[in-house]
Amino acid sequence: MTALAYIRTQSRETALWYGGLGLLTMSVVRNLALPPAYLWLVAREIDNIGVRSLVVAVTAALFTGMVLALQSAVNMARFGAENYVGPVVALSILRELGPVLTAILVGGKVASGITAELGSMKVTEQIDAMRAIGVNYVKRLIVPRLLAALIVFPVVTVLADGVGLVGGMLISVFDRNVDGYLYWNTISYWVVMRDFLTGVIKSVVFGALVTLIGCYNGLATEGGTEGLGRSTTATVVQVAMGVIISDFFLTKLLLFLFW
Amino acid sequence: MASPPLVELSDVRKSFATHEVLRGVSLALAKGTTLAVMGGSGAGKTVLLRIVDGLVQPDSGRVSLFGTRIERLREEQILPLRRRAGFVFQGAALFDSLSVFENIAFPLREHSAMSLGEITDRVHRFLSLVGLPGTDDLLPAELSGGMRKRVGIARALVTEPEVVFFDEPTAGLDPTNARLVAELIAELRKGVCDTAIVVTHDIEFAELVADQMAILHQGRFADIGTPAEMHRSENPDVRKFLAGELRAS
Repeated sequence: MTALAYIRTQSRETALWYGGLGLLTMSVVRNLALPPAYLWLVAREIDNIGVRSLVVAVTAALFTGMVLALQSAVNMARFGAENYVGPVVALSILRELGPVLTAILVGGKVASGITAELGSMKVTEQIDAMRAIGVNYVKRLIVPRLLAALIVFPVVTVLADGVGLVGGMLISVFDRNVDGYLYWNTISYWVVMRDFLTGVIKSVVFGALVTLIGCYNGLATEGGTEGLGRSTTATVVQVAMGVIISDFFLTKLLLFLFW
Repeated sequence: MASPPLVELSDVRKSFATHEVLRGVSLALAKGTTLAVMGGSGAGKTVLLRIVDGLVQPDSGRVSLFGTRIERLREEQILPLRRRAGFVFQGAALFDSLSVFENIAFPLREHSAMSLGEITDRVHRFLSLVGLPGTDDLLPAELSGGMRKRVGIARALVTEPEVVFFDEPTAGLDPTNARLVAELIAELRKGVCDTAIVVTHDIEFAELVADQMAILHQGRFADIGTPAEMHRSENPDVRKFLAGELRAS
């Protein structure tokens, strides 16, 4: 295949993917208000996604907070600013690392699971069976997962934020001999509610994004079990890329709106 | 006055990439009729059946289900019509995480206000009808191919639909199971559902269950008629198909 043909094929596939994701998003929005509500499915998905993601998110946040504190303390000591480790850790975690890392780790795990489940249903015609029975598959399979993600992602992100700050404190106090009271005092002085809410808003958007990517790749699965493997792998990569790229635009937008 | 057809197709065309599968198919299915759509592998029989139920959109032509044009309706708009029909998939397409009981109860739980007792009674009645009493708690993975097909049939019929679409109901079954399924479908015509489209390549089976036969060849119906008329047909494609000599395009 020549370079030109490769670029043409890739461009076409990318355009189709974005188009398909956009159409699915529109379909989900259209179905949000339609009956039935399937609230028991939303509750089940909250349980599924929350339980699946909690340990991963909290562990990553703890060590991220610790690393951040360690790096900041060592380097800020050179300027005599070691006492300001708290705000640096807090701002980094609350505004960026909390929502982004949670979305990449939890999102990758949750979305690949969704892709595998829906993809398997697709290749075995279970989704067609649902349609033939007269069940709205978008409403039954996708909307509950999306609603659950919109609730779980912010909650897990807030938990990860808290654990990350505690991780930073552990290193500051026990490794760098920064006073614990000073650590929290400088955080409460320099960090405002806006910093916290920025991260929470990002986590809501990331939750929607990763769930829709997972669902779309599952529904678009073709080619039996081999295709299912390809879709699941693609989901992990696309979730990471999607979160990182959309984070830039979200940051720009939130700074424009709230700064 | 004769009642309007439950299913009507007019000049339906469908292509996948550059391959034109259906090249202008027309048919009308009246109430009380079982139509067997026959043809070789890859002739487009399953695509035709999926178009009839609105699972696949045609490229052009008109498709009516219960008197409503569905070819350009959105998924949500077709759902109420699909609830009046049953669809039996070639591979049964059972929900693999649900038990036999839950699979058959699924349409009732979704679309009816029946109590658990009523659902249980109805599911057991249909499990007995398909010859599988006592299999409630088994998972699809624990069933044989013939049992899966019969559970698929029970699931499609449990809502007592006005028309049923069968996609290759005997494909992949041993002769005994194929005979059982054929007798079951023939039996259903006398009771639960008297109108159906059965896609098959099995001539003997089609003669047993259908009162109309249509042979799909090169994207069009070569001929439509009663089994007796088909056997008398002068159409060379029909004669070749019945003799087992017709090759797919």
